[in-house]
Amino acid sequence: MLNFHKSDQAPLVSLNNTGIRRNGRWLVRGVEFSIRRGEIVTLIGPNGSGKSTTAKAAIGVLKPDEGWVEKMPGLKVGYVPQKLAIDWTLPLTVERLMTLTGPLKGREIEEALQSTGIAHLARAEVQHLSGGEFQRALLARAIARKPDLLVLDEPVQGVDFSGEIALYDLIKSIRNRTGCGILLISHDLHVVMAETDTVICLNGHVCCRGTPQVVSQSPEYLKLFGSRAAKSLAVYSHDHDHTHLPDGRVLHTDGSITEHCHPDDGHHHGDHAHGDAHEHVHGPDCGCGYKSRLQGYDTKENGRV
Amino acid sequence: MFDDFFTRALIAGIGLAITVGPLGCFVIWRRMAYFGDTMAHSALLGVALSLLLDLNLMLSVFIVAAAVSLLLLLLQKRGALSTDALLGILSHSALSIGLVMVAFMTWVRIDLVGFLFGDILAVSEADIDLVWGGGILVLAAIVYLWRPLLASTVNPELAEAEGLQPERARLYFMLLMALVIAIAMKIVGILLITSLLIIPAATARRFATSPEIMAVLASVIGALAVTGGLFGSLHFDTPSGPSIVVAAMGLFVLSLLPFGRNKNAETAIHSTHGGHH
Repeated sequence: MLNFHKSDQAPLVSLNNTGIRRNGRWLVRGVEFSIRRGEIVTLIGPNGSGKSTTAKAAIGVLKPDEGWVEKMPGLKVGYVPQKLAIDWTLPLTVERLMTLTGPLKGREIEEALQSTGIAHLARAEVQHLSGGEFQRALLARAIARKPDLLVLDEPVQGVDFSGEIALYDLIKSIRNRTGCGILLISHDLHVVMAETDTVICLNGHVCCRGTPQVVSQSPEYLKLFGSRAAKSLAVYSHDHDHTHLPDGRVLHTDGSITEHCHPDDGHHHGDHAHGDAHEHVHGPDCGCGYKSRLQGYDTKENGRV
Repeated sequence: MFDDFFTRALIAGIGLAITVGPLGCFVIWRRMAYFGDTMAHSALLGVALSLLLDLNLMLSVFIVAAAVSLLLLLLQKRGALSTDALLGILSHSALSIGLVMVAFMTWVRIDLVGFLFGDILAVSEADIDLVWGGGILVLAAIVYLWRPLLASTVNPELAEAEGLQPERARLYFMLLMALVIAIAMKIVGILLITSLLIIPAATARRFATSPEIMAVLASVIGALAVTGGLFGSLHFDTPSGPSIVVAAMGLFVLSLLPFGRNKNAETAIHSTHGGHH
């Protein structure tokens, strides 16, 4: 793994006392943070707390009404917006979507699609993708650009739980592999990435900030989300104990194969212990939904880290 | 049977169809059909002003159409009324002010029907030069602006975040529309310009697998419609502008028929959802 000297680098982007006002109302005010290479900053907060607004200010889509935003000259951004509707009259395949904002080599497109597990959808029209597949396509598009700064506004929306974890793994591995900075927005308070360097909790202003552990214990966070949320602000860790094979059968980590998976069939971990290891293996031609969600994400299996 | 005026009409019409094809695709993708209509209707105000101030006709139409589109942008930013209502107000106001002004100018006699529905059979060689010269300019601009235009059609914020300039692309797009309206007015007429933009592009959607293919197909289908319409107009002695639109509609209906439809097209037809919201 590359070693990043975070502190002695100029930030990719930094917000200084930034505020955005619309129709006489401050959407967000007094925001200060910076993102350096190799750093993951996660914004959390309730609906309307100014997360997306803050992210848009960071990448220059919104101009601050107060304070200022400094960007590294020539900063290359990869952006996954929160909402993106593509009119069905626009014939756009996943492959074509990749080169929307800049040219790419065929190999770069293929790599990005493979790492998000949708290489088989390269020629599908984007309007025909499911919500989760579409999010993966958007993420693939953003990472294929090899950006300095990746801005992901709720990248896991519409993705099921196992896919969500796989996507977070992918985000982590992108950071480790490319050393880009990542600004992540999450409305899902239950899963904040363990790899996040800084969590910033917003509610029109910065409520509190720090490592995920520090934020989840801070009184401001508890006040905003309640103690139940704090308990569930989990550093995700997970463990798959079985794999869906292309023919629909199930491969368990003990090597056995069954027709279906049942929790009580003896092939599963007794207490469903959660560690950090992936034990599943997905075949390259696996046609099940699991494959498309998990294949290529797992850094250990692909030797990416 | 190819009288000279007919050949000229054919050359001008095909040039126009090729020019508006890609622009028409953007009108559809950006859902700006009514917007195009509004700009086109304002062309009559341009005609009236050109007569009143003794300006060049095309220049005057271009300026008025561009001004109306900028006015709309300003009104949209104020956000008092929906874009729909604003377009309705601008569109018919501009058309009516133009008609009223023409009525006041008793000293000039103009062929109003010619402006409203086009008079392609009266195109001169100078008109052909303008259509093809302007057309090449518009197409070159579209090719040059293709990436920022397409990216900002998909999502302006995404385009802006990744270093393209959607606002600028949008401004250029408006100017190109105004230019095309100024060129097209004489050929299909103010009331029918948008149909030449939209119908060939909509027909092309069925067969297109990429935005680029759709743009090229729209030009080809438009050229076919112009050719068919003009021959029909000559044969049945019908007005040329409406005949071209009827031919375009005929091609559109043909494209709905089941034969010759590929798999991609079929899924496109039956896809009713508008992407991911």
